[in-house]
Amino acid sequence: MLQLVTFSTLNGVLYGMLLFMMASGLTLIFSMMGVLNFAHASFYMIGAYFGFEISRRIGFWPAFFIAPVLVGLVGALVERFGLRRVHKFGHVAELLFTFGLAFVIEELVQMIWGKLPVDYRVPPSLDFVAFRLFDTTYPAYRMFMLAVAVAMFVFLLLVLKRTRVGLIIQAALTHPGMVAMLGHDVPTVFMSVFGVGAALAGLAGVIAGPALVTQPAMAALLGPILFVVVVVGGLGSLAGAFVASLLIGLIQTFAVAINLSMGDVFGPAVANAFGDLGRVTVAQIAPIIPYLLLVLVLIFKPTGLFGNRES
Amino acid sequence: MSTGVKHFIAFAALAIILIALPKVFVSGSAHTMMSLMGIMIIFALSYNILLGQTGLLSFGHAVYYGLAGFCVAHAMNYIAREKIGVPLPFIPLIGAFAGLFFGALFGLISTRRAGTVFSMISLGIGELVASSALILRSFFGGEEGIPTNRTKFPPFFGYKFGPQIEVYYLIAFWCFVCIALMYALTRTPFGRMCNAVRDNPERAEFVGYSTQRVRFIAFVFSAIFAGVAGALATINFELMNSQSLGAGQSGLVLLMTYVGGVGHFIGPIIGGVIITFLQISLSDITKAWMLYFGLMFILVVMFSPGGVAGWLALHQPLLKGGRIFRLIPAYALALVPMAMLAAGLIMTIELAHRMLVDAQSDGSVMKLAGWTVDAAKAQPWMLAIGLLVCGALGLKLAWPKVREAFAAQSAEVAQ
Repeated sequence: MLQLVTFSTLNGVLYGMLLFMMASGLTLIFSMMGVLNFAHASFYMIGAYFGFEISRRIGFWPAFFIAPVLVGLVGALVERFGLRRVHKFGHVAELLFTFGLAFVIEELVQMIWGKLPVDYRVPPSLDFVAFRLFDTTYPAYRMFMLAVAVAMFVFLLLVLKRTRVGLIIQAALTHPGMVAMLGHDVPTVFMSVFGVGAALAGLAGVIAGPALVTQPAMAALLGPILFVVVVVGGLGSLAGAFVASLLIGLIQTFAVAINLSMGDVFGPAVANAFGDLGRVTVAQIAPIIPYLLLVLVLIFKPTGLFGNRES
Repeated sequence: MSTGVKHFIAFAALAIILIALPKVFVSGSAHTMMSLMGIMIIFALSYNILLGQTGLLSFGHAVYYGLAGFCVAHAMNYIAREKIGVPLPFIPLIGAFAGLFFGALFGLISTRRAGTVFSMISLGIGELVASSALILRSFFGGEEGIPTNRTKFPPFFGYKFGPQIEVYYLIAFWCFVCIALMYALTRTPFGRMCNAVRDNPERAEFVGYSTQRVRFIAFVFSAIFAGVAGALATINFELMNSQSLGAGQSGLVLLMTYVGGVGHFIGPIIGGVIITFLQISLSDITKAWMLYFGLMFILVVMFSPGGVAGWLALHQPLLKGGRIFRLIPAYALALVPMAMLAAGLIMTIELAHRMLVDAQSDGSVMKLAGWTVDAAKAQPWMLAIGLLVCGALGLKLAWPKVREAFAAQSAEVAQ
């Protein structure tokens, strides 16, 4: 039991931090443009595929640095030549643009790398056992992922809270007109934030690719969860996104580990009264728990846990 | 001409078209396609009650289509088993009731807010139902879905609805009824209030309407008609599976509605027809058809946010003023680079698709619009890129001319 709790907590925090790497970019982009970026998970997927392709040719460590930069550039281009154009048609058009973009990216990835998962492996330099606890080993790569995610978090926090750049970004989010009056190029700030957000998602993809599965469906699988995180945390709130990321990471990891059904808890008589519902285990309904959480949070606190804006 | 007469003529024309179409396109595959178009028209129109008329962007509309479809599949099996004397044409009413039930249930939750929050709840409910479909196997039938049989019903005036043509007329009848009802809905005071809630919720509240209630009623209406579409789909395919309530189907209805045009009642009808036609015919021609769909959607969002119907409506004053023909030279001028651009894009995608997907199994030699091309050689690529670049440059030069001509003619008409 203790073993289960320890490892589930560790994995849950890891998954949560990974979610936050993407959710932070998504939240910043949302605060900036007022639009949820449907293609954000696609940047994560591109990151994983770029990471795979570069590490196949010149190794994992170059990929670790180059791939996120490339994804960031792709993101900046999307903002400059796509979103900025659509902006004048309103929020719905912007949202739909990113929706279509996610679709196109998935098709392109399928075309270039095939429909099957690619063989993106943990690099040999990180492929060893980190520690052994209760007779179970924990891979070093997962610790590396956790370290990268935490470093990312600290870096983001420092940039946003302690530097002039962060000051300008924060001001541009709420008072773009005033910032422009002070002589800053707000469109470029927006483009950079979009690019950096995409690069963060790309970095998450590069490090998550070997641990999870690098396949064309990975964006579609993760995208909705990401929205759950951002909405549950409260649209536009970075702190909320952080808490919600960890919450969802932990909930999902623990749910997967619990192999109980209603029949096990209340006895077969109760379970039969519920039909299929009585027989499914908690592990089986793990994928739908985030959505249940989303619906519940939106019913009882439509602004999310930490949010203060609704649209 | 009074509007009443106009409406009568329009709906009479619609009825005649629906009746005459199978006589014009007589092949079996055409009947199959037109049946599907009928279903999709109802589905897309029901979606536009939300997006176009009330301003609610839903990412989970297929939930009501699919859940109603499953209810209808079970109801059909039950009716056939118990030999209850309900003829097939009344079955879509069951779908409507199922849509009403689920629309009211989920509508209570999701219509409390508008905007992004509404979109996210619809996405959440969509994912919730789609994931549940794979868990609750006895109702949703797992991967295979719930099969049913439409011929086990008592004959309706001698018709057994075995052949596709009879199913087409069944769908056409319901399509006509639903179009008429949904159009009527837009003309009621309630329909106008939906527009008010979309455009200025604050004012709508001040006028004395609860925006939440207006959204809720619109949502329920939309779910009812989606339920009819789902029921017709079950009758048509004699099968309902969990894909029909997933994110893919929700995306498809959004695509149809938006490409057709959300600002006009006729938009989703155009979208349903075009997208269904492309879906069936493109998937025969090219394996990369999903990519074309995505690109088409992005292009519409970027360059013609009013969709096809919006683009047509732009030209209506010119048509009335009798000056639409003056635009032909400008459009003809722009058409050349546009065609080059499209040809270059299609060639690039097809060549890339050949090299990346099929080259290992089938070799690099391919047929492109009747020509035999080797995708591994440089020449076809140069041609494709050349067409792309020339087309883009040409369009950049030609487009201001189109704008000029359009503005000039519009000014003339205005005088």
